[in-house]
Amino acid sequence: MDAILLQLLNGLDKGGAYALIALGLTLIFGTLGVVNFAHGALFMLGAFCAVTTHKLLTISKSVKDTSITLFDVHKDVPYLQIWWGDTGARIIDYAVPLSLLLAIPMMLLVGVALERGLIRHFYRRTHADQILVTFGLAIVLQEVVKAYFGANPLPTPAPEIVSGSANIGAWIGLGDALSYPWWRLVYFLFSVAVIGMVLAFLRFTTFGMVVRAGMRDRETVGLFGIDIERRFTIVFGIAVVVAGLAGAMYTPVLPPDYHMGMEFLVLSFVVVVVGGMGSVGGAVLAGFLLGILQSFASMNEVKDLLPGIDQIIIYLVAIVILLVRPRGLMGRTGVMET
Amino acid sequence: MSDNINDPSRRRALKVGAALGMGLAAPSLIYTRNAWAANFRNDPAKAKTVMLGFNVPQTGPYADEGLDELRAFKLVVKHLNGEGDGGMMKTFKPSKLKGNGILGKKVTYVTGDTQTKADAARASAKRMIEKDGVIMFSGCSSSAVAVASQSLAQEMGVIYMVGLSHSNDTTMKDRRRYGFRHFFNAYMSGQALAPILAAEFGKDRRAYHLTADYTWGWTQEESLKNATEKLGWKTVAAVRTPLGAGDFSQYITPAVNSGADVLFLNHYGKDMVNSLTQAVQFGLRDKMVNGKRFEIVVPLYSELMVQGAGAAAKGILGTANWHWNLPNEGTKAFTQSFVKEYGFPPSQAAQTCYAQALLYANACEIAGTFHPPEVIKALEGYSFDGLGNGPTEYRAGDHQCMKDCLVVRGALHPTGKYDLLEVVKVVPRSQIEYPASMGGGELGPYGA
Repeated sequence: MDAILLQLLNGLDKGGAYALIALGLTLIFGTLGVVNFAHGALFMLGAFCAVTTHKLLTISKSVKDTSITLFDVHKDVPYLQIWWGDTGARIIDYAVPLSLLLAIPMMLLVGVALERGLIRHFYRRTHADQILVTFGLAIVLQEVVKAYFGANPLPTPAPEIVSGSANIGAWIGLGDALSYPWWRLVYFLFSVAVIGMVLAFLRFTTFGMVVRAGMRDRETVGLFGIDIERRFTIVFGIAVVVAGLAGAMYTPVLPPDYHMGMEFLVLSFVVVVVGGMGSVGGAVLAGFLLGILQSFASMNEVKDLLPGIDQIIIYLVAIVILLVRPRGLMGRTGVMET
Repeated sequence: MSDNINDPSRRRALKVGAALGMGLAAPSLIYTRNAWAANFRNDPAKAKTVMLGFNVPQTGPYADEGLDELRAFKLVVKHLNGEGDGGMMKTFKPSKLKGNGILGKKVTYVTGDTQTKADAARASAKRMIEKDGVIMFSGCSSSAVAVASQSLAQEMGVIYMVGLSHSNDTTMKDRRRYGFRHFFNAYMSGQALAPILAAEFGKDRRAYHLTADYTWGWTQEESLKNATEKLGWKTVAAVRTPLGAGDFSQYITPAVNSGADVLFLNHYGKDMVNSLTQAVQFGLRDKMVNGKRFEIVVPLYSELMVQGAGAAAKGILGTANWHWNLPNEGTKAFTQSFVKEYGFPPSQAAQTCYAQALLYANACEIAGTFHPPEVIKALEGYSFDGLGNGPTEYRAGDHQCMKDCLVVRGALHPTGKYDLLEVVKVVPRSQIEYPASMGGGELGPYGA
């Protein structure tokens, strides 16, 4: 029972990341019809917003390290700590949550600039052209980050208060056997909150209603005198912000490097295909479903029966879905179907 | 035609023939000692400088170690050329190094990025040999890279001084005449660590291994399993993880409820930092299993990894080849020199690479030539001291350095950024030594 619950939790936090990226991907495909291969790189940019925040907060003064007597060495003491003592240290400790304040405007700016400056020129081009240009964009973004931050992963820790593990077993009467890292729980709740906000925004606001209408029939909405393109630009910006937030909050789970987006991109595309291209609900459902499936496939009992299944389970599901139900779990009839 | 042997035409022909024969033989009679001089790849005889290749991981999960190796190589080049404070050249003995390069030729170098991948490392080393004309190449932080590189070295007839490689295979199954390893190996780690583990955690333990899925991980897992099972421990499971997996949670969670009470992390570099941090985040160190406290062991440790893992590494046991605060003259000289150059102490990756470059240079001086077979013979069976590890021998049978090794622990109360590892015990060579024939493998011929 403990093992199953643990794998379930493990799948939920991973599924949260998949769902957040896939949500943005499917929003862009559903509104603009663009297959955005740069979305993984945007997730990575978000992670580097957290790194930048951490670096800014830890700008340091070099002071002599008195713990070493054999030779003279210096250590870095952040100015915030020098000026404000424990308060400064606490602010540094909260670098990752604070980075959201930087990530939201930065990613919105990046999103709008990309859409206006590049993506809109490819609306009427083939999907192959869109894939080529967005993939090229992803490589450019990666190389820019690599040139500035280097190629190595940069640890960006979670706040001390949530760096340990929560004794979930005790909460639900299962004893001490079941504990789970606090930050991963925070990440799962964060992803649910962000997904909820995006879905509520699309469902309960006039802006969202227009966007949904535009997703179904762009031309008719235009005939009503509504500037649907401007709204779609904002949707693109929102999708980029969602990817950025997912990346920023993921840094304590996985120290970010310039290449991290590519690993998530492939999986997220599979999530979108399984959920249904252009289906927002499908992306969320498939994200969590595949995260949980991957987690259960990693159990030793499962791997003993099917060696290597943990590495291929997601792709197996995608193959089955494409064969049996090409439009995905919640995709519209006709999409990806001939 | 006459049958008379005194016939003048025959005599003349014999004289001319003899003269011609002597003329042809003369150069070889006169120059035999240096007959190989123009007969091997990248012979620097006619150049004023000698080119070395430093092929290290500058990207990938072992990049921190690679970059420190590169720092050490740059420092050793300075010292070989008579610049700087001389570092371990002052303590290395017996030594023929004079501080005027190698055999009077100034040392220059090229660098490459192995990307912690065997194929990329091989391509980079091949470029160094064919395009840059290196006479020796060195560096690596992965045994897969070491095995591929020394195989290339054998094919190309260029000596490879292995960097940080800990797999048994490097000097057992996959040993090569043109490859030499100064670093210790997984078998030695197992022999050194197991008695300490038994003393600290008892003889009734159940172990779970998470293992990097390549040659080093496999041999470390096998060595630790053998050594601990001999003490009475049981192995519950050994699970392979892909190199550079990043998020190890899906591998850690099955360990939590497996009934194991010790987790071995057969990971290195960033992988170890990630897996150890995540294992601690999952609360493993706070758990009681089978009535005992759950323990984590990192069989191969480095100070760079402890820096990355931070508080998660406190109290964790492992082994190391060297540490900058060992109380010997070589270590002090190297550490002071490195700190003067870079502002922080060197890692064990840096120390092994520095030592390897000095050992190669000294072997050339002993051989009096760069001719690889002669240099190899000078290194084989060479005993030395003063390079930070105490008395050491480059065994002729497997090209493995035999020396003491360290059992270390993540410091419980570090006061600064660099006192993060405590040396628990210096394990003597006699306790970790094994026959050179162990593990099979053939060195191969001297002539490439």
